[in-house]
Amino acid sequence: MVKNAIMNINTLKVLVLAAVVLIWQILAYLSVIPHHKIPSPWEALVSIKNLTFVGLPSGYHLLTHILESLFRVFSGFILAVIFAVPLGIFMGWSKLLRELLSPLVEIVRPIPPLAWIPIAIFWFGIGIKSAAFIIFLGSFFPILLSTVSGVLSVDTILIDASRTLGARQKDIYTKILIPGATPSIYTGLRIGMGIAWMTLIAAEFTGVKSGYGLGYMIMVARDIQRPDYIVAGMIIIGIIGYALDGLLRTLERSMLRWR
Amino acid sequence: MSLELEGISKNFYQEDTQTELRVLSDINCTVEDGEFISVIGPSGCGKTTLLRIISGLEQPSTGRMLLKENEIKNPYGQVGLIFQEYALFPWRTVIDNVAFSLEIKNIPKKQRRERARYYLKKFGLDGFEHKYPKELSGGMKQRVAIARTLINDPNLLLMDEPFGALDSQTRNAMQEFLLNIWQETKKTVLFVSHNIDETVFLSKRVLGLSQRPGTIKLELSIDLPYPRVRTSQEFNLYRKQILDYLAQERDTSGST
Repeated sequence: MVKNAIMNINTLKVLVLAAVVLIWQILAYLSVIPHHKIPSPWEALVSIKNLTFVGLPSGYHLLTHILESLFRVFSGFILAVIFAVPLGIFMGWSKLLRELLSPLVEIVRPIPPLAWIPIAIFWFGIGIKSAAFIIFLGSFFPILLSTVSGVLSVDTILIDASRTLGARQKDIYTKILIPGATPSIYTGLRIGMGIAWMTLIAAEFTGVKSGYGLGYMIMVARDIQRPDYIVAGMIIIGIIGYALDGLLRTLERSMLRWR
Repeated sequence: MSLELEGISKNFYQEDTQTELRVLSDINCTVEDGEFISVIGPSGCGKTTLLRIISGLEQPSTGRMLLKENEIKNPYGQVGLIFQEYALFPWRTVIDNVAFSLEIKNIPKKQRRERARYYLKKFGLDGFEHKYPKELSGGMKQRVAIARTLINDPNLLLMDEPFGALDSQTRNAMQEFLLNIWQETKKTVLFVSHNIDETVFLSKRVLGLSQRPGTIKLELSIDLPYPRVRTSQEFNLYRKQILDYLAQERDTSGST
């Protein structure tokens, strides 16, 4: 029975994580890891507690930093979904549109979202608008491309079948192409969200108007030379990124039961 | 008369060789109301193309088509088509697959699901309403596909090797199933098959298509009462006629 518990994959996953933390703690304890450069797991935990209740800077609590970052990321992400999915559907369906827009897409896409920061600040000033814009750019392209790919992957026989059953063009868009492309769209959403979250944190380094944001928080921690707060912040960022992806994965699983 | 084809032919332009490939040539035929006609022929003779033209998925290069005495260019929704690969919408449950054509017509959910249930019950698919296609066997999938098509009350039912993907026992059962449906609904059916037994078992008339470019070279009336006995002498005689025709077609072109 014990053997079964150990062999269970979920248990193994937890054990691996626990082992890493343990090794880290031991190395810190033995001062193999320089104390002033990297905190021990315990110190990181204490820092998280402080960030939550005292805040960094003082009075700026962790929860609000988290909410502010989430607000920014969702603003940009949702905008990206609203534009990328319909455009992707049309581009997937129409070869002409695809060929006309491809050069434009392929030129803009490789520009890293962060490279847009200077011009975004120039256009929108520092604040939610420029942040949302950067996030939008980061998530737009993966979602667009995976939507196009999803539409192209819909078996033509399904379109033929729908036609013989009386489907008109708009029915084909809404009842065949979109549902058929959803698996691919979800993949794009997850990739887009991952990029959005990473981009956001980096964008927040350049400054935020409200004084809140996880990326900004880490920068403050660096300014006051507190690596324990930096690492604590990074752990939070990682956990939230994981949770966001988990959210999308759960949504995906419930929507794609038919596969 | 239900369907009339006059001088139908079809060419496809081949990009790679920059030539025209003539797939069908001068197809003329008449199908009476309520008839069950099979089309048989060697591989590549254009059987599927013919069905696609009749269903409106392709346009003929020449010729015209009359459906119930009206010349028709776009018979969407009036001609049902059953595919060998079922073509069920995988993201829709069984009942939503069947009700699809009614949904397109904006018939309210309750009503269209009721009508769908009627067919599901009739076809022995009770209890499978909310399953997804991936959970069904081949025979069940094809029954769902047939229900999905019949619910739309098409004038003409086209079937493109519908039982080709099934094992032979399921296939025989499906043939009997189809026969019952046909006799009950009195639909006009145009059935494409590779399987000679199948065509003799099911059809009033068998049309033989030639090698590409396909043209009708055989027209065989099967004067046996339904249901036919697969093991009878007469059944075998008809089989032989078709086998001989196919062998002849094979020899004249030198291909298998």
